[in-house]
Amino acid sequence: MSDLYVTMTRPDSIDIRVGAGPRDTGNVAPLLNEVRHALVQLLDTGKETIIDLRSIPLGPGESERLEETLGEGEIEAVLHSLGRSTIRETAYPGVWLVTHYNEEDEIMGKFVEVTHIPQILKSQNEDINEGLQRLGSTLEQTH
Amino acid sequence: MTETEFLQWVRGPLFDIATIIMVAGIIVRILQILLLGRKRNLAEAKGSAAAAGLRTIITRSVPDRNTYRRSAFTLTTGYVFHIGLFVVIFLFAPHILVFQDLLNISWPALSTPVVDATSVITMLALIAVLIHRLIDPVKRFLSGFQDYLAWLVTFLPLITGYIAFHRLAPPAPTMIAIHILSVELLMVLFPFTKLAHAFTLFISRWYNGAISGYRGVRS
Amino acid sequence: MKKDQTLGEALRLKGISRRGFLKFCAATASMMALPPAMVPAIAEALEKARKPSVIWLSFQECTGCTESLTRSSTSTVEELIFDTISLDYHHTLQAASGTGAEDAREASMKENRGKYVLIVDGSIPISNPGYSTIAGISNEDMLMEAAEGAAAIVAIGSCAAFGGIPQARPNPTGAVSVSDLIKDKPIVNVPGCPPIPVVITGVLTHFLTFGLPELDHLGRPLAFYGNSIHDRCYRRPFYDKGLFAETFDDEGARKGWCLYKLGCKGPTTYNACATTKWNDGTSFPIEAGHPCLGCSEPDFWDAGSFYQALSTPTGDITRNTLYAAGAGVAAGAAIAAVNRKHRSSAEKRHEKVTIDDLEKESKS
Repeated sequence: MSDLYVTMTRPDSIDIRVGAGPRDTGNVAPLLNEVRHALVQLLDTGKETIIDLRSIPLGPGESERLEETLGEGEIEAVLHSLGRSTIRETAYPGVWLVTHYNEEDEIMGKFVEVTHIPQILKSQNEDINEGLQRLGSTLEQTH
Repeated sequence: MTETEFLQWVRGPLFDIATIIMVAGIIVRILQILLLGRKRNLAEAKGSAAAAGLRTIITRSVPDRNTYRRSAFTLTTGYVFHIGLFVVIFLFAPHILVFQDLLNISWPALSTPVVDATSVITMLALIAVLIHRLIDPVKRFLSGFQDYLAWLVTFLPLITGYIAFHRLAPPAPTMIAIHILSVELLMVLFPFTKLAHAFTLFISRWYNGAISGYRGVRS
Repeated sequence: MKKDQTLGEALRLKGISRRGFLKFCAATASMMALPPAMVPAIAEALEKARKPSVIWLSFQECTGCTESLTRSSTSTVEELIFDTISLDYHHTLQAASGTGAEDAREASMKENRGKYVLIVDGSIPISNPGYSTIAGISNEDMLMEAAEGAAAIVAIGSCAAFGGIPQARPNPTGAVSVSDLIKDKPIVNVPGCPPIPVVITGVLTHFLTFGLPELDHLGRPLAFYGNSIHDRCYRRPFYDKGLFAETFDDEGARKGWCLYKLGCKGPTTYNACATTKWNDGTSFPIEAGHPCLGCSEPDFWDAGSFYQALSTPTGDITRNTLYAAGAGVAAGAAIAAVNRKHRSSAEKRHEKVTIDDLEKESKS
């Protein structure tokens, strides 16, 4: 039987160190390899890849480490719809980091997109159509 | 019975029963052999029986060159699966916890990928010896039901453990329970089949050496 | 949102652009644990989704499941999901009480017969109906009546799914799960004590978009319960390297090593904690340094100590071994005595062979 209860010390005597250094789950490297593979595929066949970062187990601090490794590129865009979304090209062209926030600025989803341009940046036909009608009615009013 | 209940039943009452049968069985078998007694040897000792006994335990555990040349396959696979079994049983962290529970002592474990690879090699060696037993006319002639039974109850814990570890057949609680169940089968049959060689082996080697040592001849 | 409106129409009327809708769909896919490639299909399904009526029944429960759902910060996605369902009865949450509340339940059941989704949290006592009643109606009667007209049933929490803590030995109320009583309706089990909030909303969203999710052998949606905690745990590499915390305050515990030896039930527990995490993705029990209790598995309360390693026997194996050794010595000595007697009598009966005997044999 376990003698756990005997060896346990009082909670206040536990030496707690905050941020005791990086803990490697070993998931960052395979993820970066997947990104590299996706880039090759994008160049060769034009196929786009989206990776949901929430579906991958990452240890404390690893998500930040991944973002640091990806770095910052030339483009950064902010979408304002249902809260904020940041769409940022990383230091590796073709690799985008898309983060969706809600109206309370909490993260709802975080994706790595390997593409020439993330879909959500493009103007959508439904929105264009609606804008077209608005422009039409504005023109009618001015004339 | 739910999966959890099955696992609890296998870990609890069934494991208790298996432990009791195995421990009592081994002791009964050893006492049966030792307490039968030997006639006092009235001849004068021409050498040390004990020293020769101990030496024989070691020398008979190392194959000599001629024996090896004659049955290289049997010896190699034999050594591979025995060492493999030792590693898998005694150096896998979750298994060490069972011995720690019993003996209150612990020892370092090997990393899981090493144990995993060893278990695959062990299973391959066991399959190889089974095939050899089936195709070799002499071995097949000498083999009876018990030999195949001993093979099966040794192989089952390995294959069920491998499946449970790699989750090849969900659900996990049931698979772990089946693995423990197969070990319990092994434990129960252990003292009463040829598997008992694990503890009679050294007694008989010592005895063989001791007889010769007493007479002052090499064993 | 009016009852006959689709979700797509409702969002557009709210002034949400197509981009906003795509963002919503991406977050929904992530929440439902579906691959991002499914986003277009989700968009199409959500566009057409219509508002279902939901009746939520609470039986022998602690309200922890409702708390889990409602205390999770009201992120836009969950808000929108709740905009798209019509929660017609939930006696803990609704403003009406007493007869008013029960009338609402009965009215909704009548109006939406065969179409509503029935959510149940808590187990049902069957040894005595008086153990738990609502408005004088026993839990069993209320469940059976509501289940009859339901399109599908979602059992939220380990109590509704498997009996949970009320069913733990000695089960004083004779508690049973929803699936113990209902056999003729599709039941989705969403176990956990409590379940992860996005798993609850994820299952409801799946209903809205693609209907019944794919279930495992225990009726749990595979999207969330398809992997064990152990397989998705960020501490798994330490298990593989053989690095374990031996106590809660040793070096291994501080370094965040594997909690297997401290009784972690991760290897036998299927849930999404290790990836989805809790408190808006902040952490989960193992990340906080505590072994998994296995709360989303049947009989988790009766599965032995939370702090005993999974591979070890639950009995007192040292004591058993000593008893067995004692019995072995006694039996061995007795058998040996019998054997010796056999031998000495055999020796006595033994006759030496003489030349005459041999000659007699050869003659005949």
